[in-house]
Amino acid sequence: MAIVQLTISALPAHVRTARLMATAVARRAGIAESALDEVRLAVGEACSRAVEAHRVHCPDQPIQLELIDGTGKRSQSGRQSEAPISTPPNGRRAQRFEVIVSDRAPAKETGTDLNSNGPGNAGAYLDDEDEHGETPPDGVSGLSPDVGLAVIVGLADDVSIEPHDNGTVVRMSWPLGRNDADPESPISVD
Amino acid sequence: MDLKLDHYTEDDTEIVVVEGEIDVYTAPRLRELLIDLVNKGNVHLVVNMEKVEFLDSTGLGVLVGGLKRVRAHDGTLDLVCTQERILKIFRITGLTKVFGIYESVQEAIDKRKSK
Repeated sequence: MAIVQLTISALPAHVRTARLMATAVARRAGIAESALDEVRLAVGEACSRAVEAHRVHCPDQPIQLELIDGTGKRSQSGRQSEAPISTPPNGRRAQRFEVIVSDRAPAKETGTDLNSNGPGNAGAYLDDEDEHGETPPDGVSGLSPDVGLAVIVGLADDVSIEPHDNGTVVRMSWPLGRNDADPESPISVD
Repeated sequence: MDLKLDHYTEDDTEIVVVEGEIDVYTAPRLRELLIDLVNKGNVHLVVNMEKVEFLDSTGLGVLVGGLKRVRAHDGTLDLVCTQERILKIFRITGLTKVFGIYESVQEAIDKRKSK
């Protein structure tokens, strides 16, 4: 298992940095090319949500990302499975690329609830009018932060969202369609 | 890459050409442009997203905000997009039911005029 950790200030400009880093590490880990866009978008959503929450509640606190190459699949409770992972005939465990985004904004105040007003109901986007053209309290978009979380759920193969009083931890992972990536190969950022 | 914005008038419609990445950092610029265009009386907008390389929910929110504003003036906001990776986020969020999404600017203009 290999880990890359990244700590960013709660600035919108750094979300792109996080996206690029996650994509580069995912590519290096051997994620299927078709899933790279999903990683890029899901990590961007998680970081955007965290940055917006920090800007409201704790702008001086950093946001942490962990990019983990080679984890096992979590149990449904969201915790890493304690049961032994079955080993396939080739002797190699089914491994995954996992991204963990941890913020420090109190979850109760950021409204981390996927069931409240998620996508699927198109009218929900147009109901709460921003009549005065001002930047809404949820940030630039005016969409609920839950939309970003719902997008993550739609993109990642396995997701857990753990809201706590002292922050939210978003874990998302994808299977590694590994072609025995060369550990010495350079990471390309594009 | 950063975000590049341009706009021009064609057939009573303001065409907004977007190039680059629309995310939490760049979306405010698109939002300001859309608000400015509507405030100047342009209520029929087509946003050409053929050169958009990245779009997240912040960008979607800006487009939804623009749609709200033009609708308040009985206007329209349609999109031009054929890139599967951009269309994917519209599908995930159900916004394909909210926006008219076309393959070309001309098709978007023709469709509006035929309504």
